[in-house]
Amino acid sequence: MDQIITFIGENMQMIYILVLSVFVGIEVIGHVPSVLHTPLMSGANAIHGVVIVGAIIVMLNCEPDNYLSLSLGFVAVVLGTLNVVGGFVVTDRMLEMFKKK
Amino acid sequence: MHFMITDYILEIAYLAASVTFVLGLKLMANPKTARKGNLIAAAGMCVAVAGTVFLYDDHHGHTSRESVKLILIALAIVIGTVIGWVTAKKVKMTAMPELVSLFNGMGGACAALIGLMEFHHNTGNISAVMTILAGMIIGSVSFAGSIIAFMKLNGTMSKPVRLPSYNLINNIFLLALFADAAWMIYSGTSSSLMLYLLFAAALLYGVLFVIPIGGADMPVVISLLNSFTGLAAAFGGFLYHNQVMLTGGILVGSAGTLLTIVMCKAMNRSLSNVIFGAFGEGSAKAAGGAAAAKGSTKDIGATDVAVLMNYSKKVVLVPGYGLAVAQAQHVIHELEMLLEERGVEVKYAIHPVAGRMPGHMNVLLAEANVDYGKLVEMDEINPEFENTDVVLIVGANDVVNPAAKSNPASPIYGMPILEVDKAKNIIMNKRSMSAGYAGIDNDLFYNPKTSMFFGDAKKALTDLVSELKTL
Repeated sequence: MDQIITFIGENMQMIYILVLSVFVGIEVIGHVPSVLHTPLMSGANAIHGVVIVGAIIVMLNCEPDNYLSLSLGFVAVVLGTLNVVGGFVVTDRMLEMFKKK
Repeated sequence: MHFMITDYILEIAYLAASVTFVLGLKLMANPKTARKGNLIAAAGMCVAVAGTVFLYDDHHGHTSRESVKLILIALAIVIGTVIGWVTAKKVKMTAMPELVSLFNGMGGACAALIGLMEFHHNTGNISAVMTILAGMIIGSVSFAGSIIAFMKLNGTMSKPVRLPSYNLINNIFLLALFADAAWMIYSGTSSSLMLYLLFAAALLYGVLFVIPIGGADMPVVISLLNSFTGLAAAFGGFLYHNQVMLTGGILVGSAGTLLTIVMCKAMNRSLSNVIFGAFGEGSAKAAGGAAAAKGSTKDIGATDVAVLMNYSKKVVLVPGYGLAVAQAQHVIHELEMLLEERGVEVKYAIHPVAGRMPGHMNVLLAEANVDYGKLVEMDEINPEFENTDVVLIVGANDVVNPAAKSNPASPIYGMPILEVDKAKNIIMNKRSMSAGYAGIDNDLFYNPKTSMFFGDAKKALTDLVSELKTL
């Protein structure tokens, strides 16, 4: 229990950001026309690819001779990149078609 | 722990990236600025990734930048970029939803792998293990679920698979999963076996979670899994005290949840109804009910449709997923232009869940250069049907099924529909008399005003266009 309380104490700033981000997320897409739902879902999908930052941190923090961690980290970075790049490119392709003629 | 100038630069880079995510989502809410919004968010992502690669330091002496690591990271990014870019550029517009699902799964897998690797560095630290296991479980569920959703959408696995009393099994399984994770957190175990068992169980739960849900509900599921992955990324943010992972993840988590609810609303169903699904049981009943209502249908050929349309004042086209599958979006645009030339007013009626995702039909028609202003949403077009001479329904079925309004036993009862039965003439293009995606019969076929125009959407429309040209 103590550790939970310490955890909350240490992370108060993060918890602040978390709570405020929840509201920003809801506000920001509150008035999206249904036409844009698919591109929006796809764009949001690309943004959570930010998890790749975690995969890079894992690789930077592991010992250079720990081959298991290195290869798992490598796979994680590949997957994260797929999420980011694929997500943004596919969204761009969808939105490209909405341009005015 | 002492901060260095590089730490501050990295913090600023993360802040900038977080701002681009918010701004990007905001701009994506308007058709005019949407593309710019996406590019801005992408630029922010590059900043966050580059900043991490070159500036990150954990200040506990773990971080190092041997060339072998940097080369591996660069190689991984290059491989991911090439594969992701090429797949995204090559995919057909109709296959868009399953690709989004697949990319979502990749993000989930990435989060799960991070959890697998970080567990051993943090055993004994209850709060760290808690965030690690939470991120790993959610990531794994999202990954496995997305792969199942992908297979359902591309037709590899078309029928929902339901174990007897699957809801009970799933919920007990989920409780067991939580209990196992809680035990691991409090016992402070460092057992690899336990970790991999939990990982496998989370993957299995992802499969069990999605597999009973019907293909028609996959967009909702993908949207939900999308917000799961966001949550998994946010747990990573907690673990590393990394603000950009936290803001990015939570933004997607909350926006994704809202989007999921909006999508459920468009189908007039609750989220729990989609997930725990009364859908399967309901359809059997309704199928029985609809069978009794069967009457006779009448057929119509391309020539008659052409004449009917040519002398109309107002025609409304109702495109459905069948149009997209047949790749007939270009032909329907040709039909529209031809009719306009003859002085017929033409509009497209777009149901919120036409296609396989909300807005999917708009994307498909935009690809065929259909004028954006001609796509009319359901609430605006419904009052216009009374003054419409001909409605042509191409490859849509459930979204025009009057049972949604009149038959309380129908599984789609209560779903808002396009009220095409108010129009003077209804032409229904279908390949056969088979039921729609939801697997239920449609009384509209037996309406005296309805004529069935059988044939593959592309072929039928091509015939119609050439008949029109001869008039």
